[in-house]
Amino acid sequence: MAGPDLTLDPAGVPAHGPAAVAPVEDRRIFVASQWQLTWWRFRKHRVAVVSGMVVIGFYLVVLGADFLAYADPNASEAQRSLMPPQSIHWFDGWRLSPHVYAVKGVRDQQSFRRVYREDPSQKIPVRFFAQGFEYRWLGLIPTTRHLIGVDGGRDGTQTIFLLGTDVQGRDLWSRLMYGTRISLTIGLIGVTMSLFLGVVLGGLSGFYGGLADTVIQRIIEILRSIPTIPLWMGLAAALPRHWTILQVYFAITIIISLLAWTELARVVRGRFLTLREEDFVVSARLVGCSQMRTIFVHMVPSFMSHIIAATTLALPAMIISETALSFLGLGLRPPAISWGVLLQQAQNVQTVAISPWLMLPAVPVIIVVMAFNFLGDGLRDAADPYGR
Amino acid sequence: MLAYIGRRALLAVFTVWAISVLAFVIIQLPPGDYVTSYIAQMAASGSVVSEEEADNLRIQYGLGRPIYVQYYKWVKLFAEGNFGMSMEWKRPVTEVIGDRLWLTMVVAVSALLLTWVLALPIGIYSAVRQYSLGDYAATFVGFIGLAVPNFLLALVLLYLGFTLFNANTGGLFSVELQDAPWSMAKAWDLLKHLPIPALILGLAGTAQQVRIMRANLLDELRKPYVVTARSKGLTEGRVILKYPVRLALNPFASTIGYTLPYIVSGSIIVSLVLGLPTVGPLLLRALIAQDMFLAGTIVLLLGVMTVIGTLVSDILLVWIDPRIRLEDS
Amino acid sequence: MAVDSKGALTAAPRETLLSVRNLKTYFPQDEGTVKAVDGVSFDLYPGGTLGIVGESGCGKSVTARSILGIVDRPGRIVEGEIHFRRRAIDGGAEADRMVDLATLAPNGPEMRAVRGAEIALIFQEPRSSFSPVHTIGNQIDEVIMLHQQLDRRQAREKTIEMLRRVGVSSPEERVNQLSNQLSGGLRQRAMIAMALSCNPSLLIADEPTTALDVTTQTQILALMRQLQQEDGMAIMLITHDLGVIAEMARDVAVMYLGRVVEQAPVDEIFHAPRHPYTQALLRSIPRIRSGPRERLTPIAGSVPHPYDRPSGCPFHPRCPEFMPGTCDRQAPSLRLVGDQHAVSCFLYE
Repeated sequence: MAGPDLTLDPAGVPAHGPAAVAPVEDRRIFVASQWQLTWWRFRKHRVAVVSGMVVIGFYLVVLGADFLAYADPNASEAQRSLMPPQSIHWFDGWRLSPHVYAVKGVRDQQSFRRVYREDPSQKIPVRFFAQGFEYRWLGLIPTTRHLIGVDGGRDGTQTIFLLGTDVQGRDLWSRLMYGTRISLTIGLIGVTMSLFLGVVLGGLSGFYGGLADTVIQRIIEILRSIPTIPLWMGLAAALPRHWTILQVYFAITIIISLLAWTELARVVRGRFLTLREEDFVVSARLVGCSQMRTIFVHMVPSFMSHIIAATTLALPAMIISETALSFLGLGLRPPAISWGVLLQQAQNVQTVAISPWLMLPAVPVIIVVMAFNFLGDGLRDAADPYGR
Repeated sequence: MLAYIGRRALLAVFTVWAISVLAFVIIQLPPGDYVTSYIAQMAASGSVVSEEEADNLRIQYGLGRPIYVQYYKWVKLFAEGNFGMSMEWKRPVTEVIGDRLWLTMVVAVSALLLTWVLALPIGIYSAVRQYSLGDYAATFVGFIGLAVPNFLLALVLLYLGFTLFNANTGGLFSVELQDAPWSMAKAWDLLKHLPIPALILGLAGTAQQVRIMRANLLDELRKPYVVTARSKGLTEGRVILKYPVRLALNPFASTIGYTLPYIVSGSIIVSLVLGLPTVGPLLLRALIAQDMFLAGTIVLLLGVMTVIGTLVSDILLVWIDPRIRLEDS
Repeated sequence: MAVDSKGALTAAPRETLLSVRNLKTYFPQDEGTVKAVDGVSFDLYPGGTLGIVGESGCGKSVTARSILGIVDRPGRIVEGEIHFRRRAIDGGAEADRMVDLATLAPNGPEMRAVRGAEIALIFQEPRSSFSPVHTIGNQIDEVIMLHQQLDRRQAREKTIEMLRRVGVSSPEERVNQLSNQLSGGLRQRAMIAMALSCNPSLLIADEPTTALDVTTQTQILALMRQLQQEDGMAIMLITHDLGVIAEMARDVAVMYLGRVVEQAPVDEIFHAPRHPYTQALLRSIPRIRSGPRERLTPIAGSVPHPYDRPSGCPFHPRCPEFMPGTCDRQAPSLRLVGDQHAVSCFLYE
């Protein structure tokens, strides 16, 4: 970690030896398992730790999407098309009483657009743990409780739109919550699949070498020199129109996982190549361990952390791919909701200029991609506890 | 050296073959064969395809014969420059694509050049002045470039241009020159419109290349040959440019080959947002309308051009790295 | 060696080639300042050979780099003088003159004119001291063209001649090869050819033979001695190998933690060492005459962490002669104890 100048003498041994560190600390380091060392190093990487928390936060949203949403994401209403976001007013005078103002929509006679005006005289109180539409919490327990809501939210007399509405008058906040669920799980499932491909093919390539290695390496090179998006667009466009949301979801996942396995395979192969010659692997083979045992008991655990880091770095590409495909209208199709589907409404610059909040779904995309990148970088550095 | 180039060329041929198979698969995926859908399309628009014409088409594409024969016939026609008819436009695919393919390559190559032109000096600066303000700024912009998908970047830029300057930042030509024949004025107009799409497309790649260049150069700067060069009495600028930068260039150049496919991929979506007259919007429309000959042709042509571009950058790499040149001597 | 009334080393007399006084080169870091060189003084005479010995990390290499003005960032000379006798300009009336290299801008024109032309450097790792993507010839031509008024063709002729002089066979072909096509010994020969191509008056050899096998080592040392006789340059030989010192050096400076603890002619260092560190160092290496089963004595303890230097005499925590109250309170200075023998130890004050 210290600067290169510590090695004051190019002749070799750095000037600080183990003796320089307190002996107690030493013993702790010598007996620590690789996971402990990785964790200790990771902890020092502040940005990565914060990013890790952001990622965990996003996956909590995935679990609690229906609790955090307060309106049915598919309930549309032409009367409230493209309504701007409402802000919560926390105080009424000096009294804590969160509320939003009621909004009235009128059609502008010149532009024929709906124009919305807030009516400060009509306050709609915001309730916590309010009643709303019914859903199953974690897919199990039926409930109607939501984090926030307004009285009469169920019959639509009083409404709240934290992030405004889209063209069809659907609540953007609630749709964003559900979109997060789909966009983040599609990435996770996709990365699992490419991880499987990557480990199997990269492992074959690195462990056996020879012909298998050559063939797999050439395939990877070919895949990397093809502009992928047009190809995946073609494949995605060919999905039958009559497929259900679930079928399309899995088909898209498979298509984008075909995109990301090459990098993982490269990492796995590299690890296998270095480990193959390591003493502990050679001795495992010499004492007669079966090939499977050598691979899974001796080799894989020693580069597990590398795989985790590479996987984390592969996730953003997955999320972006899904978003891009859906944005083009070739990925998930409404009524499915994902970040890409939401951004589809922002394709037209004239619409966005009038209703800039339609671009808001881009914010979670950017935050999540950045968080995964920082987290992955931190994990990758930490994965090499004996490294620089 | 010849062996190396030969190997790369062989791989390029394989890649083109793989792309052609995939493009063929894309053409074949929709239900029904081409001629049947062609007749149906024509009928829907009120024109009639004669039985004779339909039979000719069937024979030309080997329909009803085994799939590999169909593939062979298609590739053969393709190689002759006959890309088939676009169903939606009812014109030959060649005519429909027109200038768009070249404009796609112009946009992609200028993005690639911009990537080089920006990444090289910024990467060198970041490494030589490690932890300086400029280094931090470059790192920060780099992270944004990596994290923001380019079509979102295009969207934001378009929105800002629209609201702040009330100007349309999209497109490759001014409105009045859009349909004009090629002239010096039009070429100049294109040049003026290029920087924004090139920047949007190149930003992610630039960010990545800056990171690679910075890391490589930091490694190289610690090597003893740098001390040797300094001890000769060379100026610091010459020491850095002649030696460590030269070596850091090698891994840099080998990754840049993969940047072109990436940029071409990105250009499809970005063109859509920015309204660029490239093959991107055409491909999307063809795919949605299931105009498969048009779509397949675009996919294959894009693939072929990318492979050629990558091959060129591979050969450049040989020129840069003498160690590859020596490999088989 | 010049000595003031109190017996401490003073500014050197006129005939020295290089005289370093109280040189301090520090590396400021977030964790604290690393005092890599902390008050080094020594003299080197024209045509002489000074060996500098010490364990890894004692500041030998940083001393060498400080003289050349090529200390890596964030390292910096914070104090001290480096007086170097510059060569008289050919045909000019101007006689040779002393310059304090420590006051020159490290990358300024005068420092660069000295570097490579009048003071040359060779160091260990001949493998990585040449750029792997430039030919040997290209790298040697460069230094010749930089310091001498020769064009590319003349420079190449000179390069070939230099390579022949250092014993590289068929130099006409070797010039066009890359360094990884040469063996370790040939690389070090090429390195020496490059260093000597401008006929420097001082050659700094930083561990020149450490990375070589024993046979090649001997050859390279012999070559250096031969070239020194022919060209009359002075050599500053940095090594941790006392054997190399015995073979090459006329005078020896022993360094410990950024300081010179003892300087004397080579025979006195080996036969009458004064400083406890020098004595301990000599006890730790085997001798021809030592009896069977005789144990070597390692130096007790280990080199302290660079951020955590002992107060007073830096050697006191490991010193068998440690005098509490003295050695850990103040730092001794280098004093003459014999005709040409200087020691930095309270035992001799």
